[in-house]
Amino acid sequence: MQSIENLQKIASQVRRDIVRMVHAVNSGHPGGSLGCTEYFVALYNRVMKLEPAQWNMDGIGEDLFFLSNGHISPVWYSVLSRCGYFPVNELSTFRKLDSRLQGHPTTHEGLPGVRVASGSLGQGLSVAIGAAQAKKLNGDQCMVYTLHGDGELQEGQIWEAAMYAAHHKVDNIISTVDVNGQQIDGPTESVMSLGNLRAKWEAFGWTVTEMNGNDMQAVVNGLENAKTLTGKGKPVMILMTTSMGKGVDFMEGTHKWHGVAPNDAELSNALGQLEETLGDY
Amino acid sequence: MLDYQILGSNDTRSGFGDGLLQAGKNNNKVVGLCADLIGSLKMDAFKKEFPNRFFQTGIAEANMMGLAAGMTIGGYIPFTGTFANFSTGRVYDQIRQSIAYSDKNVKICASHAGLTLGEDGATHQILEDIGMMSMLPNMTVINPCDYNQTKAATLAIADHHGPVYLRFGRPKVPIFSTPDQKFVIGKAWHMHSGSDVTIIATGHLVWKAVEAAKTLEAEGITVDLINIHTIKPLDEKAIVDSASKTGAVVTAEEHQISGGLGSRVAQTLASHQPTPIEFVGVNDSFGESGTPDQLMKKYGLEAINIYNAAKKVIARKVMA
Repeated sequence: MQSIENLQKIASQVRRDIVRMVHAVNSGHPGGSLGCTEYFVALYNRVMKLEPAQWNMDGIGEDLFFLSNGHISPVWYSVLSRCGYFPVNELSTFRKLDSRLQGHPTTHEGLPGVRVASGSLGQGLSVAIGAAQAKKLNGDQCMVYTLHGDGELQEGQIWEAAMYAAHHKVDNIISTVDVNGQQIDGPTESVMSLGNLRAKWEAFGWTVTEMNGNDMQAVVNGLENAKTLTGKGKPVMILMTTSMGKGVDFMEGTHKWHGVAPNDAELSNALGQLEETLGDY
Repeated sequence: MLDYQILGSNDTRSGFGDGLLQAGKNNNKVVGLCADLIGSLKMDAFKKEFPNRFFQTGIAEANMMGLAAGMTIGGYIPFTGTFANFSTGRVYDQIRQSIAYSDKNVKICASHAGLTLGEDGATHQILEDIGMMSMLPNMTVINPCDYNQTKAATLAIADHHGPVYLRFGRPKVPIFSTPDQKFVIGKAWHMHSGSDVTIIATGHLVWKAVEAAKTLEAEGITVDLINIHTIKPLDEKAIVDSASKTGAVVTAEEHQISGGLGSRVAQTLASHQPTPIEFVGVNDSFGESGTPDQLMKKYGLEAINIYNAAKKVIARKVMA
């Protein structure tokens, strides 16, 4: 089992990967990626049961993960590669022609670790619930995890899926919402208020917990705690508070770095704040 | 001699329901999902026989498409059921991203397509679905003509890996294909050989094409009659071979002329065998309330319209 200290070291490298990837193609989404780094690192390196070397689409006997807010692909790609799903140096192909690392994740190019395309928001929860029901039909005890943006909750399909999961007692799913309070056009509070998210999800029949998404120990504890809440007839939701752009001071806490790449000087500044722990790709 | 006889009468959606039940018996990976239209889709028997493999989604079609995509992960073969309108236009982006682009083994089964939905009117009478689904890469599009062909198609798509759009209808219509037919996806049914004009029809318009062909043959005009049940992939060889022989083509469908069978036939022939074509279909219009028969008459989807189109296209033939 990876120690918290080791997970933090991995997270530092993943953040370097993120800013280098988006800088290299002058496009991509660093803000949400940086904010969710602890979550991805903890999930893939400690919490989920995975077999990267034997990756296959059906994933029977493994935990599954679905990224619904596909635009934060840089953090996912980095974590997948550093867990052995594909070579780390493939990160240099991100968003380039003929790459398996498309701007938004896809199965179309056969990238190991990705089970459905995402990017058009609001669809991933439905897909994950379907996969969770398939696990039940197969007698597979493993879990299904999903991640969503808070802005994404403005999509109506999310609430169709929320209602369905509770009605059908899909209790082998742990969903997480990245509550960073930011979306493209500004703070969620000014764009489209989300209101009381805990009350909303509870009203839809989910068990709701909260965690600080930028504290590695809190993320590990939060995810482990969520596991203990599964199997009780209700789907589980973690409301994860994060700071968009976490780890790079000038990107932190603002929607301005949602989908903007750093220039050369900004990259240099960012890398100066992030220790190279595992070696750059 | 065109000797097709009416063997009986039933709705194509019952062909789907009976086919789904059989597919469920043949393969325990077949699962059903329905958005509050179990009776209309004739999914009752499947639900009763396989309650653990049936999922009521409520009136939430977007979620249903995502669920179906997810159930393929783990090896299941989901059949979704709702009206054609809610199976396509309402959920186009869900199908595009989560099913077609993701190459998921989902069977989108759509009833009450076209004008023959009847009295509910234009809100429910989708006439653009074949076009929308055919444009999607990875998607197979099938529009069978009667009960037996719909049942055979349902069984065939269960054995086919990849996303499929299966379109059928509400009213009872003549049965004229055989119960033991072999349904090959993408392979046209060459119903009759003739040399004066080709009639290419799909869905409910196939029987009307048979009626039109009988009238034409009685006048000494021989008809090459082709049933295209699979719009995509299109049996281009059957179309090109026939057009090469007759030099005149009529297409017939319960769909907009633009974007449906007619458009695809025209595209094929323009590339391989330029041929005069007349199109029987709905011409850039919404439907309205009425009985199926009244609507098919008003919008020009009857045997007489196919007959007239045949006469017209024969007159346009390019003489060698």
